[in-house]
Amino acid sequence: MRDFLEKMMLIDRRWIYLAIGLAVIIPAIKSFHVPVAVSPEVRKVYDFVDDAKPGEYIFLCFDYNPSTMAEMNPMAYAILNQAFNKDLKVILVTLDQFGAGMVEEIATRVAANHKKVLGEDYCFLGYRPYPAIVILAMGIDFRVPFPADYYGTPLDSMSVMQGIKNFYDVKGVIEITGGSTADFWIIYGNGRYDFPLALGLTGVMSADYYQYLQSGQIFGIIPGVKGAAEYETIVIFPGEGMARMPYQVIAHIVILLFIIISNVAYFASRKKKGKLGGGV
Amino acid sequence: MKREIPLLIVGISGFAMLIQYFIPTDWSEFIFTYAQDWVIVIGILALPLGIWSLVKANVEKLKVPGERFYSAVLLIGFLVMVLTGLKRESLEYGTTFMTIFTNVLIPIQATIFSLLAFFIASAAYRAFRARSVLATILLLTAFIIMFRFIPLGPISTVNLSAVAWTLSVPNMAAKRAIMMGIGLGATATAIKIILGIERTYMGHD
Amino acid sequence: MNHIDWFPRKLGIISLVLLVITWGGVLAQAPKDVLSADSLGAPAPAPPTNVRVIDKPNDAGHGLIIRWDLSADDTSGLKNVDRYEVLRSDAPDGEFISRGIVFRGVNEYEDVDDMKPTASSPNPNYMAEGSTWFYKVVALSNQQVYSEPSEIVVGTTRENLFHWGKLPILIAVIIFTAYLLNFIISAKKGKKLYIRPLAGIDAVDDAIGRATEMGKPILFILGLGTAADIATIAGFTILSRVAKKTAEYQTRVLVPVQDPVVLAVAQETVRTAYLEAGRPDQYNSDNIFYVTAMQFPYVAAVNSIMLREKPATNFYMGLFYAESLLLAETGNIAGSIQISGTDQIAQLPFFVAATDFTLIGEELYAASAYLSQEPVQLGTLKAQDYTKAIIMIIIILGAIAITGKWTFIRDIITIHL
Repeated sequence: MRDFLEKMMLIDRRWIYLAIGLAVIIPAIKSFHVPVAVSPEVRKVYDFVDDAKPGEYIFLCFDYNPSTMAEMNPMAYAILNQAFNKDLKVILVTLDQFGAGMVEEIATRVAANHKKVLGEDYCFLGYRPYPAIVILAMGIDFRVPFPADYYGTPLDSMSVMQGIKNFYDVKGVIEITGGSTADFWIIYGNGRYDFPLALGLTGVMSADYYQYLQSGQIFGIIPGVKGAAEYETIVIFPGEGMARMPYQVIAHIVILLFIIISNVAYFASRKKKGKLGGGV
Repeated sequence: MKREIPLLIVGISGFAMLIQYFIPTDWSEFIFTYAQDWVIVIGILALPLGIWSLVKANVEKLKVPGERFYSAVLLIGFLVMVLTGLKRESLEYGTTFMTIFTNVLIPIQATIFSLLAFFIASAAYRAFRARSVLATILLLTAFIIMFRFIPLGPISTVNLSAVAWTLSVPNMAAKRAIMMGIGLGATATAIKIILGIERTYMGHD
Repeated sequence: MNHIDWFPRKLGIISLVLLVITWGGVLAQAPKDVLSADSLGAPAPAPPTNVRVIDKPNDAGHGLIIRWDLSADDTSGLKNVDRYEVLRSDAPDGEFISRGIVFRGVNEYEDVDDMKPTASSPNPNYMAEGSTWFYKVVALSNQQVYSEPSEIVVGTTRENLFHWGKLPILIAVIIFTAYLLNFIISAKKGKKLYIRPLAGIDAVDDAIGRATEMGKPILFILGLGTAADIATIAGFTILSRVAKKTAEYQTRVLVPVQDPVVLAVAQETVRTAYLEAGRPDQYNSDNIFYVTAMQFPYVAAVNSIMLREKPATNFYMGLFYAESLLLAETGNIAGSIQISGTDQIAQLPFFVAATDFTLIGEELYAASAYLSQEPVQLGTLKAQDYTKAIIMIIIILGAIAITGKWTFIRDIITIHL
């Protein structure tokens, strides 16, 4: 047994790659449901949207592009579905230069499912460069950077934008991003206009933004695909987040098993060296 | 003079940008954006240097039997993208350039990115061993963070609270400390460059 | 019941129903309709008073701050104030347009517009430096009834030559520079300065020696930064020292780069190092070459170099993103000894896990001083350490002060951007 463990210490890394490869292939062949526990920071985002009354406005900013689509799309779909389910009015915008087409597709698809009408139930403002300037300008009036929406329709001619001037007229802002625009929303958005702000971020980025949660500058975080899966669990919307959880679960279990094996093998080899008087 | 003039340029422009930071006027902002624009211009003007280096190195490798295949692939791909991308309209969806970009380059990039999953496993296998007290703390913290992906019933709820605390408190404390050190180090390096103490970037006659 | 008693009752009921329908019809009007205090009896709130305008400090002269005393019906009286609306005109008798709305309890509004009008995007609300504006403030009740407007006040924008909110930064830079110069002068006078050893730096010589013994090249990767990034500049200084040693040992050093400006600087750096080592003839510019500006194609190219050339030593010194682990693990597969250093906090865990030695954050910037052992360079490290000590003392004192609800330390060091 000890010889086996010692061999495990020096295992060819290709066995590890094979195990990970199988870990991501098996769920593709036979998927299964993963019960997901909801973290407090994700629950706060859900509660914020859930507490809104029908007819209230919510501002969604989808600042990502096809390169981070895999992580961001699930949470975008889940939030938009929840908002339309609650008959909220939605204002959408993107500050990513490659994101406009993608956001338009999401909005059109979800709105069609809920029979929501562009210009009456929601509005997509489109894209403008220089996020900091756009956020500051929207705090004065959405019409300053966006006199017309993505399709060229003047905002003043849309019933959904009647009486809606700036961030003070919406319940809050939820920003979904895989880049640095989160910092702009915190500094120039919440910092300047003090509206409620929540973030949806990639898994790697989210660890850096818990400090803003702690300080109260944001009220919630949706971290990566896991966060999206948690959101879909509460919203009861079977989306891509939940669909990807089996892959994450199995891959993490495999990695944890390998870590445990490597530690067991390490201690076993240390004991053997100790017995032989070789030291560590 | 060959060394003094560049040092003078670096010192004066560095000092000027330092002063600019504290002046909020329009002309100060103009100087800042003007300098930024010039950084972009210099980068673009330097691009032919990079392209020349790449093409030259790979054309020479064409002569070497063992290395000519990949160099040939690179040069052919380079030529194809340059020729198909010459027109301004090439950036619109449906053109040959964008078709190759969308259907070849983006999937290849995603494939390279996906190697991370495998490499994380092998790196974790090698690195997360309880060799010392600090390594053990690292190992236990990694377990807490990774357990949040595994459904463990009521244990998951406790684990999520532990994750939130770990990320909000010790993780943030360490990050802030490292960031302060980085800030001071970057400031010191910048001051050394402005004062001419650090000159290795300049080269020699 | 006879028909004469029945009719008035029915008429009364019908009248009541009609009255309710009429009442409901009036109430169902669009919520933004302004209703006067006379109609329906909804009272108007008291107007805000003592409105005053001051120039927005620390700006380029494109903003004004409007302050007022809260309406008497904000937190007391009728308690029916919902918001305050700030109105502006360019003349006292001109048309007043709404500039912004703040919630009840808030008695300040910043009116800023620095988007200079152009031919393609005219901006009539642009606040030029030295422009004069007239303001009045109204309170809006929760039943959409406006108060009487406040008195009209006037303000003129002014540009400021110094940003006082950044004063703590200026003081910190001055103190730090003073420490820097002090220790540089001390070091030049011959004072011995102790610095703690860094395992990564101590391993550089051994790593280069290993490459020489094995007859394999050294791979030096400057990361994905530009020549303007401090981490890349720190990488250049380390490259210079490493290149000098490789010139002495006659070991090949490969430097694939992803930015053309970095290429030019790296080539010059290595050429100078070879010159200083007395081996200018051994310098080969083909060893420092451009690959591509894109992240993952660069990783693919460098990984293939590692697997083909099998370098004995890999240096990762600069700005790295998601590719850090890809590079480090491939270096492991190739059997190289690896020394890394980056200021990207998110990538440090990957380097710590996958490379043999890691320079964390500021240690990357300090590496130049460690490798050269020049007194002037070491002096700057001491200055950083003393400044860190001051920062630690301020943090401890500040934490104690805030716990005791004394905010003076926080107020002194707070930066207002």
